Amino acid sequence: MIAHLNWTATAVFIGFFLLVTVLGFVAAHWKRGDLTDLHEWGLGGRRFGPWISWFLIGGDLYTAYTVIAVPAVVYAIGAFGFFAVPYTIIIYPILFVVFPRLWRIAHRKNYLTASDYLLGRYGNKWLELAVAFTGILAKMPYIALQLVGMEKVIQALGFQGEGLWSHLPLTLAFLILALYTYRSGLRAPAMIAFVKDIMIYIFVIAAVIIVPMKLGGYGVIFDSAREAFAQKTAASGGKVTAGLLLAPQQVWPFITLALGSALALFMYPHSMTAILAARDAHSIRVNAITLPAYSILLGLIALMGLMAHAAGIKVANPQDAVPQLFLAIFPDWFAGFAFAAIAIGALVPAAVMSIGAANTFTRNIWKPFIHPQMSAQEEAVLAKLMSLVVKLGALVFILFVPTKFALDLQLLGGVWMSQVVPAVIFGLFTRWFSGWALLWGWAVGMILGTWLAWTPSAWVPVHTLFGSGVAVYNGLIGLIANILVATLLSAVLPDKAHDETREEDDEEFPKGKPAL
Amino acid sequence: MIEMFGGNMKKALLLLLPSVVALCAPLYNVMEPRLFGFPFFYWFLLLLIPVSSVFTFLVYKEVKR
Repeated sequence: MIAHLNWTATAVFIGFFLLVTVLGFVAAHWKRGDLTDLHEWGLGGRRFGPWISWFLIGGDLYTAYTVIAVPAVVYAIGAFGFFAVPYTIIIYPILFVVFPRLWRIAHRKNYLTASDYLLGRYGNKWLELAVAFTGILAKMPYIALQLVGMEKVIQALGFQGEGLWSHLPLTLAFLILALYTYRSGLRAPAMIAFVKDIMIYIFVIAAVIIVPMKLGGYGVIFDSAREAFAQKTAASGGKVTAGLLLAPQQVWPFITLALGSALALFMYPHSMTAILAARDAHSIRVNAITLPAYSILLGLIALMGLMAHAAGIKVANPQDAVPQLFLAIFPDWFAGFAFAAIAIGALVPAAVMSIGAANTFTRNIWKPFIHPQMSAQEEAVLAKLMSLVVKLGALVFILFVPTKFALDLQLLGGVWMSQVVPAVIFGLFTRWFSGWALLWGWAVGMILGTWLAWTPSAWVPVHTLFGSGVAVYNGLIGLIANILVATLLSAVLPDKAHDETREEDDEEFPKGKPAL
Repeated sequence: MIEMFGGNMKKALLLLLPSVVALCAPLYNVMEPRLFGFPFFYWFLLLLIPVSSVFTFLVYKEVKR
């Protein structure tokens, strides 16, 4: 099991893991609040200023899975994997325009989740349920994939095992994570995010300087990657399209995948949790300007997929490309450092995700439908339990279900999350839409998006429109149908429900003037 | 939609422009000119990230005023 262990790398890895474990437990005492209140446990008491929010949101959105998966796609097919860059460019104007508004309403009304807002805005608890359900459904495979990211680096340390034993380190790490999240709530990932993000910045900056020095410069890296892609395309007989640039048939999928994923991103409960935990709307605006620093980092990480080709790394599973690149280029202690950064990079989002899912389950499924008279303390007790259940669920998922299944679900998760965009965003700017119309729009988008993604052989991200050769991301097709249905039905079913977030509550709506 | 940007077209344009450019993939899907060995596709996208951040900052300054 440990005969091939890289001892130096493993020691550094364990050292950092222990450090963040201590931080995770200590975090309970940071910015002290009453952790038996869900608002404190699940949202850190909304006390995070621009700096902490920057580390927390950055640490939350740019996950371990991202660090492994994006360069893996670039390693496998080249330029197409770079869709992550336009995607991260689009998300920040959205953050800047939409979320300060949502934050203000959520702060005033003490909303903890997107669905809380929807219940207040449209008075429709079925819409609330639909959005809560979508969030939790899309969240589970995402947490599971964080574990995949972690397991990749644990394997790269040289840990081998048979059957369930092979998952022993992962299980241990995750149980520890579950315990300190249970105790400290959102404060734990917020504190650990400092360590994680600084480590990731160090390892990426080192990689983009040292790897080209060893391999003969960026020109050589790009040229040898081009060579490798050309060979790969030729060897597959044209079935695989890989290259340094987008092939014509990749252009529309590239564009629509970037746009659709960008719209979906902030709908995930973990993004919502990290944003609503900000101290004020100002912190969110500042972060829309400063968070792109992480996007540059992501772009550089994506390049590692190309560096792996230049370093002559040949792996069957593209997700092993980056770990193997590090082992080939760097001394053991630094590889251990980088692997620890990736593993800790899985802990932060996994913690925030489980908290986001737990908040949503408690506030928007259990409370309205099972036990309406819950106190804030009872909410916190249930949410803490749910955070354990969610994490154990993700662990069981990874131990017993093929990874392929989690990947397919993650793909569908993006399609599903983009279907809550009209419900969450439109109501902040206009009074045209009614709750029931949005619910129907959601249902149409969910069914259409999922149906288009299904083919007899595999789940696919894009669908070719009417034999035109233009392939469009299914989430986006679903979203367009969703918006059409919601717009038309709103004319038939006008918004008559009580809206407790009305403009007099929000100073950004001009008084006495209709909103549009 | 005008309301969304506080009725200011300039702000709307500043916020939208980098995203629109980022989505026009055929614009930058070329090898040349290279920069430090990077094909245009790669250095252009990487450069667009800080540019978009600066544009958002310009809007932020307007909003604050």
